[in-house]
Amino acid sequence: MKRMVEFTVNGETREMAVDTCRSLLDALRDDVGLTGTKKGCDVGDCGACTVLIDGEPVNACLVLAVEAEGRSIETVEGLQPGVDTLHPLQDAFMRHGASQCGFCTPGILMMAKKLLDDNPRPTDEDIRFGLSGNICRCTGYTKIFDAIRSAAREMEAARS
Amino acid sequence: MRRFDYHRAETLEHASRLLAELGDDTFLFNGGTDLLVEIRERLRRVRNVVDIKQIPGLSDITYDETRGLTFGALVTVGRLERLPLVCQRYPNLRAAFASLGSIQVRNRATVVGNICRASPSADTIPPLVADGAFVHIYSRTNMRVVPIAEFFTGPGRTVLAKGEIVTGITVPPAGDTAGKAYIKHGRRKAMELSTVGVAVSLSMEEGVCCDIRIALGAVGATVLRAPQAEAMLRGTRLDASAVRSAADKAMEECTPISNVRASADYRRDMVGVLTGRAIKQALETFA
Ligand SMILES: Cc1cc2nc3c(=O)[nH]c(=O)nc-3n(C[C@@H](O)[C@@H](O)[C@H](O)COP(=O)(O)OP(=O)(O)OC[C@H]3O[C@@H](n4cnc5c(N)ncnc54)[C@H](O)[C@@H]3O)c2cc1C
Ligand code: FES
Ligand code: FES
Repeated sequence: MKRMVEFTVNGETREMAVDTCRSLLDALRDDVGLTGTKKGCDVGDCGACTVLIDGEPVNACLVLAVEAEGRSIETVEGLQPGVDTLHPLQDAFMRHGASQCGFCTPGILMMAKKLLDDNPRPTDEDIRFGLSGNICRCTGYTKIFDAIRSAAREMEAARS
Repeated sequence: MRRFDYHRAETLEHASRLLAELGDDTFLFNGGTDLLVEIRERLRRVRNVVDIKQIPGLSDITYDETRGLTFGALVTVGRLERLPLVCQRYPNLRAAFASLGSIQVRNRATVVGNICRASPSADTIPPLVADGAFVHIYSRTNMRVVPIAEFFTGPGRTVLAKGEIVTGITVPPAGDTAGKAYIKHGRRKAMELSTVGVAVSLSMEEGVCCDIRIALGAVGATVLRAPQAEAMLRGTRLDASAVRSAADKAMEECTPISNVRASADYRRDMVGVLTGRAIKQALETFA
């Protein structure tokens, strides 16, 4: 069974017929063509598929594409403010070596963006709590935390 | 993923009719954090899902001093976790909500879905049982309200009949004499199902415990009360020796099994430790 859905992805309106049992994750990757969002486990455990729906982080593997009707979705592709500019988080991740194989990175970036939007000066505990649904098998997390702390400082400085 | 059809219910009546007409293998679809996982891991045969998230009137949260806290079937764990009222008056619920899955999961998972799945290790059930919550149930012929302790009939099983839908939950008011706690015990802090969960809700008058309910999660086919341990504590000042003997009694009252997460013996020992600890934590409200 297919159904028409209309939603916005990174500010752009999309209308399409999607299979009703398709996850939002598969629809984003295979129908919309945005493969930045990753599929690690497909059952809510790893956080690699984290996207923001109406500003709230969710696991795109545990959302059906038909549920996106009328909603606004942000993925890692929407993070860059312009073609040649990086989001401070992306920049900090590169400088700190916070991404190794990179599979967890899109989900962690979206989660970290939400964290810093809500709480510009997170404590280490806030960062740990905020990322507890995102698994990284490479970095040992230390560099990820360093990058987020550093991005928070830079974003704060840019605002003042 | 195994194929299924998706239906969007406009009203409770519509959802209930769909459940009856579409036959077996039709399930209500709420936050989907259990249902979609079970479909993907082929733990449940599903032909149709009935999405109830567009039904109006199921997203409200209200509180008043006589009735208590009432929230609808669509209210997510994350929304309740962030509610100042829950943080201040229901530290037991707050602890259970904040310990369930991840932020991403909590933004989708509902409390009503958590109780309807009826897992013995579900985190929201012990504090709701200890608080004596009520479950509101809709059917096309008869609406009923069931005390949550009577809602579960076994692991994954509830009193819900075909076509019945839970519309919300009411938790009695949290008075000034009430102390509450929920302690979840797992192998790690986050993204972990509980090995044992203990909830205590009690009330104190002039230093004497006039009421106490102890609910034990993941140590029986359903979440259990510990009625004999509770009886030993009512009318006492909850001093260390009374708490010690009641915690020993709670260890006798639970019926744990061994599985991948822990052995039955370990779970029983933890019931003893955590019952004492939860009572102490509930009393800190008055400190
Ligand atoms: C990664 C991950 C981690 C998790 N960690 C925890 C944890 O630590 N602790 C814990 O307790 N749980 C945990 N869970 C499970 C938890 O998310 C679910 O139990 C959730 O609360 C179910 O709510 P839902 O809205 O997602 O329900 P759904 O999946 O939509 O539904 C669950 C069941 O309830 C039925 N149902 C839903 N709404 C109604 C209704 N109104 N009336 C009648 N029946 C209904 C459905 O048909 C289905 O059978 C975890 C899940 C995931 C994916
Ligand atoms: S792919 Fe969705 S949480 Fe792992
Ligand atoms: S960088 Fe490889 S999983 Fe995180």
